[in-house]
Formats: sequence, structure tokens, C-alpha cells
Amino acid sequence: MPLELAARAHVSPLRTALTPALSFAAALLLGGLVVWLMGRSPVKAFDVYLIQPLTQGWAIQEIFLKATPLLLIAIGLSFCYRADRWNIGAEGQFVMGGLCGGGVAIACQGIGAWWVLPLMLSAGILGGMAYGALPAVLRNRLGVSEILSSLMLVYVAQLLLDWLVRGPWRDRKAFNMPQSITFDPAATLPALLPGGRVHWGLVFALLAALVAWYVLSRTVFGFAVRATGEAPKAARFGGFDAQRVTLTTFLISGGLAGLAGIAEVAGQIRQLQPVISPGYGFTAIIVAFLGRLSPPGIVLASVVMAVILIGAENAQIALKLPLDVAMIFQGLLLFCLLGGEALTRHRLVWMRA
Amino acid sequence: MSFAFLVFLSIITAATPLLLAALGEHVVEKSGVLNLGVEGMMIMGASLGFAVAILTGSSVLAIGAGIGAGMTLAGLFALFAVWGAANQVASGLALTILGTGVANVAGVSFIGMKRETIPSLSIPYLTDIPFLGRLLFGQDPFVYASLALALGISWWLGSTRGGLVLRGIGDNHSSAHALGHDVRVVRTLAILFGGGCAGLAGAYLSLIYTPFWSPGMTAGRGWIALAIVVFAGGRVWRLVLGAYLFGGMSMLQLHAQAGAIGIPAQFLSSLPYVATILALVLLGLRERRSQGNGTMFAKPFIPDR
Amino acid sequence: MAPHAAGDRLVIGTQSASFVIVAGDSPNPDDTLVVLTGISKRFGLFAANDDVNLCIRRGEAHALLGENGAGKSTLVKILFGLLQPDQGTIRWQGREVRIASPESARSLGIAMVFQHFSLFDSLSVLENIALGLPGTAATEALAARATALAARYGLSITLQAPVWSLSAGERQRIEIVRCLLQEPKLLVLDEPTSVLTPQEAEGLFQTLDLLIADGLSVLFISHKLDEVRRFCTAATILRGGKLVGTVDPRAQSSASLARMMVGADVAEVEHRPARGGTPMLKLQGLSVAPADVHGTVLHALDLEVGAGEIVAIAGVAGAGQSELFAALSGEAGRIAAGLMHLNGVDMARLGLLQRRALEAAFVPEDRLGHATLPNARLSDNLLLSLPRAQSTSGGGIVAYGRLRAKLASLIQRFDIRSSAADPEARRLSGGNLQKYVIGREIARAPKLLVVNQPTWGVDALAAQRIRQALVDLAASGAAILVISQDLDEVFAIADRIGVLHGGRLSTVLPAHVRSREDIGLLMTLGERAAQHAA
Repeated sequence: MPLELAARAHVSPLRTALTPALSFAAALLLGGLVVWLMGRSPVKAFDVYLIQPLTQGWAIQEIFLKATPLLLIAIGLSFCYRADRWNIGAEGQFVMGGLCGGGVAIACQGIGAWWVLPLMLSAGILGGMAYGALPAVLRNRLGVSEILSSLMLVYVAQLLLDWLVRGPWRDRKAFNMPQSITFDPAATLPALLPGGRVHWGLVFALLAALVAWYVLSRTVFGFAVRATGEAPKAARFGGFDAQRVTLTTFLISGGLAGLAGIAEVAGQIRQLQPVISPGYGFTAIIVAFLGRLSPPGIVLASVVMAVILIGAENAQIALKLPLDVAMIFQGLLLFCLLGGEALTRHRLVWMRA
Repeated sequence: MSFAFLVFLSIITAATPLLLAALGEHVVEKSGVLNLGVEGMMIMGASLGFAVAILTGSSVLAIGAGIGAGMTLAGLFALFAVWGAANQVASGLALTILGTGVANVAGVSFIGMKRETIPSLSIPYLTDIPFLGRLLFGQDPFVYASLALALGISWWLGSTRGGLVLRGIGDNHSSAHALGHDVRVVRTLAILFGGGCAGLAGAYLSLIYTPFWSPGMTAGRGWIALAIVVFAGGRVWRLVLGAYLFGGMSMLQLHAQAGAIGIPAQFLSSLPYVATILALVLLGLRERRSQGNGTMFAKPFIPDR
Repeated sequence: MAPHAAGDRLVIGTQSASFVIVAGDSPNPDDTLVVLTGISKRFGLFAANDDVNLCIRRGEAHALLGENGAGKSTLVKILFGLLQPDQGTIRWQGREVRIASPESARSLGIAMVFQHFSLFDSLSVLENIALGLPGTAATEALAARATALAARYGLSITLQAPVWSLSAGERQRIEIVRCLLQEPKLLVLDEPTSVLTPQEAEGLFQTLDLLIADGLSVLFISHKLDEVRRFCTAATILRGGKLVGTVDPRAQSSASLARMMVGADVAEVEHRPARGGTPMLKLQGLSVAPADVHGTVLHALDLEVGAGEIVAIAGVAGAGQSELFAALSGEAGRIAAGLMHLNGVDMARLGLLQRRALEAAFVPEDRLGHATLPNARLSDNLLLSLPRAQSTSGGGIVAYGRLRAKLASLIQRFDIRSSAADPEARRLSGGNLQKYVIGREIARAPKLLVVNQPTWGVDALAAQRIRQALVDLAASGAAILVISQDLDEVFAIADRIGVLHGGRLSTVLPAHVRSREDIGLLMTLGERAAQHAA
């Protein structure tokens, strides 16, 4: 092969900072190609997917609504990925959070006390943490690949929710609809602005990003996470316990995914349904990488990805394009990010013939 | 024919796609690469295989399309993970996301269509032997192909020069490079082979197993195939055993559901996933933390220039 | 990859030639095997080779001398087709050739034994041999050829054993057999004796003598000057990527060769032998099960290291040195029996951090990836071993200002040179990074310092500085345990010496009553068998 990668002696910070933006641009071009192959105008698609959600007033709220779970989950995942621990089961931890918190809401139906909501949020966080702890413990104790176990648990959580909502937790008055009762007002997360749809989950998400930024860049624990991911032997030499880092990062990421789940259920859906996530847990993986695993980057990336998700919903009607075009774009984007990363650390050289 | 016998026959059908995909990934991992994109390659094979079958009416072309779809995605993975030295776990995830997206988009207009399954083998007299006849001489061609592939791979890896080179590269890519073996070319070929196997497994699902297309129809089978490879610990006979165990698990679920034995359907549906975790747990209990793969496993190889 | 003209390839044939070797003579086209002229190779801004010449004759033992980083490996990789030169020509038996890949090098008749063996741990010896030869699987015919060849040159190998179970000496013999099966004209050996005991090295030279008598040329890369003077008839010396010259090493002294390699005189380590004070480290009947499945079990070790003395533990790779280090630092291994006391405190059950709190310090063998995070700055890397009280301002919050100040004083005190004020660890040269890694521990003024391979792969000036720093630390009252495979180093700084063999430790005796031969015998055979042999 005439083109070869050669390691760069030094990577400038500017190049590092520009990589995600250039990768995103490359993914847009490829996405345009896909749309064109499907017989639609790439320019029109660009307008529908990226511009319209930003220019229409009603959509701005929707963007923040979708960015909230993405941001919460991706912040948690950044801890795992920095430590080279591959939690790909955030979707399941999200469902568990919604399920546990929602269960509290159903149990406390009619009480209407102030403590119901905090109890729901705590139950959601704890549910997500417990579900996130499972793959970590299996890895620590038995060497089970956390990649496979965390993903398998997604299916289990989804089926559990499906059973509960169609079975024990089904609202008897809702005819045969598979859904729970609608939560009391005391069991719903209030809107940030009166009459608006954006709820307090956004504040939790931004707070989580702020705390995560501080912890990752300023504390010994943040360094331990990084060391564990980059050079496990050096981390052990530093006295950092790899198993504890594994468990902690999974607890953080499971807890935040669980919080995202209960915030979505209590803030937006306001009841339990068989499906409570359009795949936020998986999209957040892309968000985490688009944000280069750094909290400020992830904040930006979650908004960008929310725009695309809204755009995809619009495109169903405006362009008659299937929703899953957004998934193709996500796959392309992750590839472009990986390619961009490779070209940041290496340069392409032509080999002499 | 008895109910139990029918169950047994259906286990073979359920196990075959798992075995095909797992065999492909087995070869990939022997070359020192971890491709987590099996699910994506599999569902691409299912979607494009079915689409081509409907459009052309040819089963051969449909199978070819399934294999080709898997190999195309695998080629993309090789480009990034092998030639671009990108993180293999992330590349595999990207492959699964992209493959699922493309498969669902491409399959949209084929949802709800049905097609005749590919006929099973029928040899006069032999297939008519009670029990054994159906079992040994009455399967669809891919059941035989998957078992022949298992034997073939086992022989090729163990007894040929090519297999030795592949294992050497998987053991230590730096040594292999120093001795003049082209690490990246061999790995690319292994990945393409794995992609072809996964694509074939997907085509089997939509052309024979169901036979129709529905979004998300692989339902985690690609991931289960990955778990089977872990479970097998590098031994092909355990790969076959694992595939048939998991095939049995998913059939148990279907038949128990049909038998309506009072257990909620969702619990039975979760059996294969729970069983996957349990299998990995049992493996962990037995072989405590033995790292089957070397320190270079799933690490990119970049030659000096 | 470029097309390689078939005409360039030379068929391996039998060549009998009689020759007289006088190094320094002008190359006679008849007896030169390979001539490299004006070779240059740059990596980015760094010139690894700058206009280098090398001429090897038929049947000659030619040494390539130079420090770490002098450009020896680059030149050899070019000769073996692993790297392409930016400039320069290679003539093989009088014809200009382009060596595009290791295959073309092999088809010319060049075979190479790398310093880091090109072996496959999980495969059998026979499979390893097959992988080094073109187009053959691990067949019985190959096994027969390998056995015959090994017998002829006195190389004992077991074909069915998996490679991970073999010692360094055995591994090297596999490499050599694998090379010789290709019937090469030139055998390149990269630092072949660095992993061998003196006795094993002697065996290697006997084999090489037989090979040279058969007309083979050997390119011998080394920095061990005594060996080069004994075995080689020509020596090409590189320094900083440039050619210093080609000499007859037999006509040189070790000191004059060293001066050519280093470009300056290397001071001797000033060492006043000491007798240990109060025992700081005490092991009694210590047995340790390794964390790694293939690791070495440590059996009933007895050892005392007193304040103010340096005790060195020699041993070959796989003898248990890394396991001993891991057991002492508390990073890995399960203590099965025995005592491990640090300044009178039982530390067997303490973790690494608690041992550090008792004023012990540790320097692992691998400086990049174990002692440091390659991509983290030197100031961040201080977090790995600095006590939390010094590196944080409470509550686990890193005090970056304090770390930077600490780093500045380290850089000054230990003369750590780099292109930036606070570079990432991977950007430092081996010698400078090793000065940082050892300086980081010495600056803590520990009561016990355990160092594994303190100057492995480090240039001579840095090695001298590091050894002097260890000696000075001992003089200030610290107890030092040095684990080393390098006998020169062991004799340069140790007050007392012990030898690990198969996980057992010999009696630890004062350095002045030990000879290199004693130590070599202990490294090869272990204490009991060595006493029998004596």
C-alpha cells in the first residue's frame, strides 16, 4: 500500500481540538452521499436535519429535551471509557432507572407528599447503579467481559419493563393499552419554565457535567481513571486499585444513566410504557466520543446529536426518509471520529515506489 | 414424529447461524483482532440477502448478497482498525450501529413480504429412514456447510502453513512482522472471512430460519456468537457445542411459549441473554481469570517507517 | 511495496573462499560480502543514521558498536529490509541491491536474531521454526532437519515444548537454529549475550566459532567491549547516528573503544564498600506464588539488607527477578509462607501505598508504561509515587503548583534533559526518563529503595550517573536492593551479591569474595548444583 501511517512526534493542541469538528464535517458529507443515493437532495436533507431544528422555535425545547438524557448518559460513559472499561449497556441502566423510579411513583400513587419525587429520583439512580455494578462485579470477580455482559443486560432490562407494563403494573383502566397509570403531579419532574416542556433533568445534566469536569481534571481519582485506562501497570504502581476503578466508573455511569431514565419518565413520559428510550443509551456512546470524552465537549456534542435526532423525526415527514437514517449517520460519525483520531496521532505518508 | 424430535430438529436450525458467525469471529480472533461488529454484519446480511431474494428471485444471488454485505462492512472495519490503527472495540461498535442503520433503511420496503424457504436436502430412501434419515440427510444445505466449515477451519488452523502464519500473527504481531509476515494483509483477509461468515449467518436467518425480514431480527445473535467464541476458548469443538447449546436455549423459549406453560413470555425471551451471561460466569468460575489471549490481543499493529 | 527485479536477487549457493582478514584494509571486492555506503535514515527531525558506511567480509566476525540510540538498530533494520534508507546504497557480493523486505534479505542470505526475540509464546518450538522459514508448515521433515542442524553446532533444543516455558538461552538457540536452516551467508546477532549467563555466552561463542570456520559472516551488535575484543576481528563504531570509524578491536583497549562509543570518558562509579547497619529489609523463608500463570514461584528466600549497603540480586530472565520485585513492592503475588519485614514492621499484608508510607520506595524495570504513564506530563507522573499529602491539597484534589515545583527541582538535581519544561514521559530519551524515574524515588529520601534493572537500555553517561546516585543514597544511610541481569552493574555498585535461580536465592555474600565465574555458575545452575560442579 503506497499510503502509510507514520506516528507524529508531537500533536498540537489545535489539531486535537479541531479533530471532532472535521470528523463531523466528513460524516455530514458521507451522510449527504447516503441521502443522495436514496434519491433525495443532500442540500434539502442538510436543511431538514441540521438547520430547521435550530431555526424553529418549537424545536429548541425539543433539542434540550433530547440533549438531557444524552448528556447525562454520555458524561457517565466518559468515566468508563477513559478507564478503558467498555460499558455499552447504558441503555439497560437507563431502563432500570426509569423502571425503579417509576415503580416508586406507582407505589406512592395518591400520596402526593413532597418526598415522593426525591425518592423516585434516588430509586432511579440506585437502580441504574445496581444494574451498572453487575457487569463490573462480574468482570472483577470472574473476568467476564463487561462488553458482552453489559449489552446482554440491556435486553433483559427491556424485557423486564415490557413484562411489568403489560402485566403487574398495567393500568386496569386503560383498556388494553400496555402502559402504567399516569403519575401524580407530585411524582413528576417540574418544568424549568412555566408552561414549557424542558424539565429539571437539564439542570441535573449540566451539574453532572460540571462536577465531572472538575473530578476528571483536578482530582487524584480523575488521574486514577486515566492511568487505569492508559497504562494499567502504571496505575497499579501508583497504588490505584483497578477493580475499584472499574466498579466506581460503572457505578457513576450506571447512576447517571439511571438518573437520565427516571428524569425522562418523571419529566416527560409521566408514566411507564413498554419502551421508554429511542436508544439514548447507544446514541450517548457516539456523543461521548464526539465530545472526546471531555465534559465540555460532551455538552456540545449532546446538543449536536439532539439536533440530528429531531431532524430525523422531521425528515420522516418532510423527506419520507426512515428514522434509521439517523442511525446510519451515527455509525458514519463514529467511524469518522476514529479516522480523525488516527490522523491526529499519525500522518499519512506516501511510500516511495 | 414426536414433539421432542421436532424440537431437536429446530435446535439445529437455530444453532446454524450462531455457529456460522462464531466460526468467522473465531478466525478473526485467532489473528489477534477483536471485531465486535458481528451483529451489524449479520443484520446487513439478513436485510440485503432478503432484498436480493425478493428482487431477483434467486436464492444463490441472495446468499451471495448476504455474504457480500457482511464482507463489505468487514472491509470497512479492516480499513479503520487494521490500516488506520483505530481502537478495535470502538470500530466494532461503529460497525454494529452503521450495519443496523443501513439494514433497517434498506429493508424498509420489504417488511411484511414472505418467501419460500430454501428447500432441505432430500435423498430418496436415505432421508426416509425413520428419525436418523431426517436428522442426517434431511437438513438444509447450510447445516452441512456450517459443520464442514467447522472441520475445515479446525484442520486449516492446525495443519497448514497458512493457519500457522495466522496463529503466529495472533500470538505476537511484532515477531511475525520481523519474520516478514504481512500482519495487516493477513488480518484483513481474516476479517473479510469473518464478515462473510456473519453475512451468511444473517442471510440464513432471513432466507431459511424465519423466512422474512423484520428490523432488528438478529436480536443480539451476533453478540451471542461473540460470547460463544469466548466460551469456546479457542477450541472449535467447543464452538460447535456452544452454538448448539444456545440454539437449544432459543428453541426452548419458542416451544415453551407455544406450549404456554404459564411463565411470562418475556422471561422466556430473556433466556438466551441470561444464559449468555451465565455461561461466561461459569467459564470464569472454572478458569479463574486466565487470559486466553496474549497482551497484544485487540491491539493495533503499526510498523516503523 | 515496490516490484523487486528478479535479477537483483542472488541465489544462495555454496561459496568457498580463502581469505585473510585484516580490518582497516581497503575493501577488496573479492572478499567483501556486503557493503553499505552513505546510509541515511531520518524519523521526522531525528537523524537515526547519517551517512553511515559498513563493510563486512566473508567469514568475518564484525562488531557493530555503539550506545543505545547510536543508530545500530536502525542500520541493522535497513540491512534486514525492515526499514528503507532515505539515502545510500547496499552492495551484496559486488552487486547493488534493494532490500525491500525481510524476505528479500533472506533470499540474499541474511539471517537475523533480534535482541527481543521474534518468537511466539503460545506456539511450539517447531512451529516457531517453521514460521521463520519460507513456505513450510511444522512438518516431520522440518523437525528432522532442525534436529540434525542443532546437533551439528551443539545447540540443544526441544521441538515440542511451548516457547513460553523456555529460558532466554533456550529461546536464543531456537532463533539461531531457525536462522541457520536458511543456510545464510551473514548472521546478524543483536545484543546476543545480554540475556545470557557468562557460561551460556561461552557456549554461544563456541557455536559461532564453528559457523565462522564454515565460512559464515557474523555481524555482532553489542556494547560489551570485552566480548567484542575477544571474538570479533573488525568493529564499526557509531555515535549519535554517525560513523566514528572501523577498527580492529583486538588492537584496541576497552577504554579506547568506550571513548569512541561515548565520545567522552565515562567516569568510574565511586564506591566505598560498606557494611550494612540495622537491617531495613528482612526476608525469612519467604515463598511467593506468582500472579501470572507462567510466572516463577519464589521458594523460601532469606535476605537481609542493612542501612547504608547495596545488595544486588543477579539472575537470568525467568529466574524470579520480576516476581521478587512485585512481591517486595506489593503489586502482585501471593505470599504463601515466611516473613517480610521492613524496618522491623511486618509488611507482608501491607499494600503498596502502606509500604511507601513506611518509607520504602520502588523503581520497576519498565520505565514507560509501568513507572510512568507514557502520555502524561512528568509533573502528572509524580502522582504515581508521591505521598498524597505532598501531591494534594486535601480531599483528593491535585495541587498542580506543588507538582510543578517538585518537578523543577528534580530536573535540576538529576540533570534530566528534554525539549520542553514539562514534557510527556514518552518524549524523553531512555536515559533521561530513567534519571527521572529513579530521581523521583531518591528525592523522597527513602529508608529502603528496591530497583529493578536500574540502567537497562540506558546510555553509558546516564548509567554512570544513575549508579553514582544509588551509591550516594546508600552512603547517606539508605538500604538499597538492586535487581539486575547486568553483571557489570552488579560488580560496580554492590556490597553484597545474591543470585536467583529457578525462584531460589543463593547465599548472599560480599562482592569481593565473588567472581564473575561464580555468579555465572549460580545463574546457570543454582546454588546446590553449582556446589556439586565446583
